[in-house]
Amino acid sequence: MQIKKSNSSYWRRNLIYLSVLLGVWFVVSFGCGILFVDELDKYHLPGTGFPLGFWFAQQGSIYVFVVLIFVYVWLMNRLDRKHNVDE
Amino acid sequence: MVAASFALYIGVAIWSRAKSTGDFYVAGSSVPPVINGMATAADWMSAASFISMAGLISFSGRDGSRFLMGWTGGYVLLALLLAPYLRKFGKYTVPDFVGDRYGSQVARLVAVVCAIFISFTYVAGQMRGVGIVFSQFLNVPIEYGVLIGMGIVFFYAVLGGMKGITYTQVAQYCVLICAYMVPAFFIAFSMTGNPIPQLGLGSTVSDGSGTFLLERLDELCEQLGFNKYTNGSLGKFDLFCITAALMVGTAGLPHVIVRFYTVPKVRSARLSAGWALVFIAILYTTAPAIAVFVRTNLLQTIPNQSYTDAPQWFKDWEKTGLIAWADRNDDGIIQYTKGDLFVSKAPQGAEANDEIAYSKKPVFKDNQVGEFGQRLVKNVLKDGENELYIDPDIMVLANPQIAGLPNWVIALVAAGGLAAALSTAAGLLLVISTSIAHDLLKKNLMPRITEKQELRAARISAGIAVCIAGYFGINPPGFVAEVVAFAFGLAASSFFPAIIMGIFSKRMNVYGAVTGMIVGITFTASYIIYFKFIRPDLNSESHWWFGVSPEGIGTIGMVLNFTVSAVVAAITPRPPKHIVQLVERIRVPRGSGEEHEISA
Repeated sequence: MQIKKSNSSYWRRNLIYLSVLLGVWFVVSFGCGILFVDELDKYHLPGTGFPLGFWFAQQGSIYVFVVLIFVYVWLMNRLDRKHNVDE
Repeated sequence: MVAASFALYIGVAIWSRAKSTGDFYVAGSSVPPVINGMATAADWMSAASFISMAGLISFSGRDGSRFLMGWTGGYVLLALLLAPYLRKFGKYTVPDFVGDRYGSQVARLVAVVCAIFISFTYVAGQMRGVGIVFSQFLNVPIEYGVLIGMGIVFFYAVLGGMKGITYTQVAQYCVLICAYMVPAFFIAFSMTGNPIPQLGLGSTVSDGSGTFLLERLDELCEQLGFNKYTNGSLGKFDLFCITAALMVGTAGLPHVIVRFYTVPKVRSARLSAGWALVFIAILYTTAPAIAVFVRTNLLQTIPNQSYTDAPQWFKDWEKTGLIAWADRNDDGIIQYTKGDLFVSKAPQGAEANDEIAYSKKPVFKDNQVGEFGQRLVKNVLKDGENELYIDPDIMVLANPQIAGLPNWVIALVAAGGLAAALSTAAGLLLVISTSIAHDLLKKNLMPRITEKQELRAARISAGIAVCIAGYFGINPPGFVAEVVAFAFGLAASSFFPAIIMGIFSKRMNVYGAVTGMIVGITFTASYIIYFKFIRPDLNSESHWWFGVSPEGIGTIGMVLNFTVSAVVAAITPRPPKHIVQLVERIRVPRGSGEEHEISA
């Protein structure tokens, strides 16, 4: 029973991580890169010729995607150890 | 150089041949995450990514973001929602998961058919890509090019299976990324003084004027009557749907998913998705930079220039038919502005013949040249000012020549294009052979065959699949290019929801999943078929539902799939106890090694 309980709190925590990370994923790509791109284009990435929305759409979102996956890997490895389900 | 790269692939293949079905299907589940990431990147980046994408972006400006975000964002979904759980489940294929999770042979069969269909449309495009690279660079006819490509893929896919493919793909990734980056460094340096393309894109042009490159390009576009480069013209909702369909489709493509079965642990599955995206991002953040460099260069050198003074690369690529110039006003000057040059379809009552042609691409008159030495076309011209046709593929192919780079760089680009096409083709062929040998024969028709027979069946079906793919590469049905883009929509509206709900909902049962898949794929396919094949004349924004183009309809199909599944599952019996236990087991990482022992 103990294991079952631990597993369900492991799963709940996993779902929280997922919703936060996917929230960021949605905001940088669909938010900054598509829906609010024109508003952001009024500003420039400091020191460069990039309109901000354009940068998010063609560069920034991809960098954020990479970071998101590595953050997820780090969080989950920690969580696996804490709940003693790591390999 | 091309021959050297081929020798390398074959050498790697001999060194890593497959000895068991586990080796053949999933490389014995022993591939380190970084290596798997690199192989996934090569597997994923096809001839289209390598040759065509920069050009597509170049001509669509900010709207090109849909490809960039769409084809990378899917990896976040893969890493977070699919890869770790499918690895824990630990069998060989997507149909395996669907069949076992829903405890149904029907569900498995639907998945097999989808997987084979998606893979075949895709692989035909790759073989065609191989042929085009051969014919453009090496002056070999397309047919021979395809045959040579078939020979190479046959050799290492049939011999080595997943193990051979994985290690050759690593070699292919190295070749293709060098081939992409080397010309990019040079052209970035010559235009902006900064050799890193990603940074050069945001820098000032190197003529000392202090203008930013993107500003310069916007000015040039406006002067010549094009849309401003950094502005978009597609509808927001449509762009949203297309991007989402590409992302979800990526996460649902069987040849990408299967790669995550090849690593030893759940932990390594997560990590290798991260590495895969790193290796993909290198190319995908360079592509928009190349797009801007070459477009700026093009707009600075070609418009309002007399044809006789046009640079050599312009005439070289005119010979291959990727550039065409129709001098409307016989003044010998190249006018280049917004608008298509050719009428793509014959109007009612008119018909093409030996003298006139209706096509989006140029159709040249044999050996006839005009007053200034330009090749004459049969195409009927559209009204307007524009006199120039430029194929988007030229942006990458002609890049080294435009930048004035030596011949070995041009050979390197040819080797890179081939590496991209061959690696993707091999990955897809493996999915096809696995689907046939494992999912159809072993799990459905002849469950009693031994491992040795199964391995032989897998090799034979890989061989047959190579031949069919080669046939379509030489005689491409007109619809291949169209269909490849829709493979994403179909994957998004069928596989993705079924797998996600199989993992994240214990309540989801076979009735919900199967109805969902069928509704999703039928809806998406009929929308696409209606607008692309039955009534192509209606294929415009005013006729689309909610302004969603056929490219983006997969997103709506996916939403529909999720909704229908949830409703059907809610009114039908809960899944049996052993299925619920299966779901609980795949949610925790421990024990993935053992799982695989039992099933192998």
